[in-house]
Amino acid sequence: MSENAKMPPLPTGTFGERAVTWSRKNLFDGWFNTLLTLGAIAFIIWLIPPIFNWAVVNATLTPTIEGCAEVTGACWGFVNANLRLILFGTYPYDEQWRPVLAMIVLVGIICGSLAAVKFPGLRKWIIPMWVIGVPVIGILMWGGVFGLTYVQNSFWGGLPLTMILSAIGVIFAFPLGLLLALGRQSNMPAIKTVSVVYIEVIRGVPLITVLFMASVMFPLFLPAGVTIDKLLRAQIGIILFTAAYLAEVFRGGLQAVPRGQFEAADSLSLSYWQSMRLIILPQALRLVIPPTVNSFISMFKDTTLVVIIGLFDFLGTVKLALRSDPAWTKYYVEGYAFAAAIFFLICFSMAKYSAYLEKELRKGERR
Amino acid sequence: MTVATETTTGAVPSPSKEDVITVSKMNKWYGNFHVLKDIDLSVRKGERIVICGPSGSGKSTLIRTMNRLETYQSGEIHVDGILLGDDVKNIEAVRREVCMVFQHFNLFPHMTVLENLTLAPIWVRKMPKKEANDLAMHYLQRVRIAEQAHKYPGQLSGGQQQRVAIARSLCMQPKIMLFDEPTSALDPEMVKEVLDVMVELAKEGMTMLCVTHEMGFAKEVADRVIFMDAGQIVEMAGPQEFFDNPKSDRTKLFLSQILSH
Repeated sequence: MSENAKMPPLPTGTFGERAVTWSRKNLFDGWFNTLLTLGAIAFIIWLIPPIFNWAVVNATLTPTIEGCAEVTGACWGFVNANLRLILFGTYPYDEQWRPVLAMIVLVGIICGSLAAVKFPGLRKWIIPMWVIGVPVIGILMWGGVFGLTYVQNSFWGGLPLTMILSAIGVIFAFPLGLLLALGRQSNMPAIKTVSVVYIEVIRGVPLITVLFMASVMFPLFLPAGVTIDKLLRAQIGIILFTAAYLAEVFRGGLQAVPRGQFEAADSLSLSYWQSMRLIILPQALRLVIPPTVNSFISMFKDTTLVVIIGLFDFLGTVKLALRSDPAWTKYYVEGYAFAAAIFFLICFSMAKYSAYLEKELRKGERR
Repeated sequence: MTVATETTTGAVPSPSKEDVITVSKMNKWYGNFHVLKDIDLSVRKGERIVICGPSGSGKSTLIRTMNRLETYQSGEIHVDGILLGDDVKNIEAVRREVCMVFQHFNLFPHMTVLENLTLAPIWVRKMPKKEANDLAMHYLQRVRIAEQAHKYPGQLSGGQQQRVAIARSLCMQPKIMLFDEPTSALDPEMVKEVLDVMVELAKEGMTMLCVTHEMGFAKEVADRVIFMDAGQIVEMAGPQEFFDNPKSDRTKLFLSQILSH
């Protein structure tokens, strides 16, 4: 058949033969590519072995300062010795099973919600999962009921704090950002002005300022005796800040939906909220999955800034551990490398899920 | 009823019981640009009107004012006795009776054909899902595309998409249908399948206003043909008179250009 003539020949031969063909085509295709390939190989040879030697070959896990002093490589012993302080901060030592359980619940409902793309049967459970799950997490963390001792949230810290701030941040910033984006497009001048001013003001100041204001300035305006919890203030600061960025992301999506879709919805007599929910947002949000996840990743890393108002997030607890004994202080590289690895793992998972989500949602409407 | 069948550029049509749309002394501006000038038009129930004219003449804008996709600045439009102004309730009431078929179909790409059709009956007419599905399948059969019900719009040809769009409008069981150049975005071989569906609709007595350059369609089904230029209704007549004996020079020129090839 003549059409087949254009198809690339199927790979034949042994694995070795195919590898040679592949590398000739992809790596040594012309002198410039050959040069790049050789350069890259040289760079890898120069870079990888020293790192590998430091991190693995010459490293130790022995959780003592003496053990670390004996090796030339990484002192993972620092992480090993201080693991529970790094993971849970100043949460009472004997009660640390509670944040563990809380994180399992949180990861469970996050995974459950994300899996709903693949298993539509899960969709109706998303809201119940969060409505039940969040109070359960609260009870586990705070205690004070069911025989659990009360733990003030100023003792919370480490990974659970980072994850709670991020997860609650996402679920509140998302709808708020959506409302702001719709508000900015509104025909009603009052709503439009409020949205524009809000977005521009919040975007115009650094998160650190928002947190600082929430922590230091805001209480000054409250009547004497009234206090709002520091953690709550930080959480609100993060939500307000992220919502402003998300609003602009969503606005981009709304603008990318063709005018005709709005007109078709109108001419079918759908109300504003119906056409937004059923027609416009499903298309707009799908278009902005990458920048939305980008904002979430940003926010996840920005939660580390709560350290300036005296909360010990996951990065803060690493610092806490480094300071716990002067002898550990010089192993800051290991501490930060560990924190970086955990952050990378979580951010990279988000990025991978984002890519998967895009692919999955596009399946339905192959063009 | 004595509704103008001859050229009426100035006369105010008298509203009558049978008029489903009355446009009187309607003007529209885009900024300083006067798009529609003193439009007077009444449409009887069951009437088929074809509107033609050069691009930029305001013909699409005119039918788009009839379901408030476009606003107007002076004059009045009544649809089915309802004043179409700023009142949101009135606008929604009118849109339930008047459906629009667009040049670029404007199907919802994230929904299947069936979902496109059942959306408005379910959400606007509050119809049970089962009933809406039956209704949708009925109209899909009528536009001869029932076998595509579970595909997405992106998987259909232009002609098929436009027939789906017509069926989507019909599912709202409208009293009036507006067609905004329904065949101009189609490949030539697909024009006929869409026009066939429109001719059938016309023969069943649907009130139709159709902006199109398909003069064959106008000759076959139109009760009146309107020629617009520079925001005005220049000529309005029955198809025979319109094509055989146009009165205005601009109409003659337009017809000679459009019919010469």
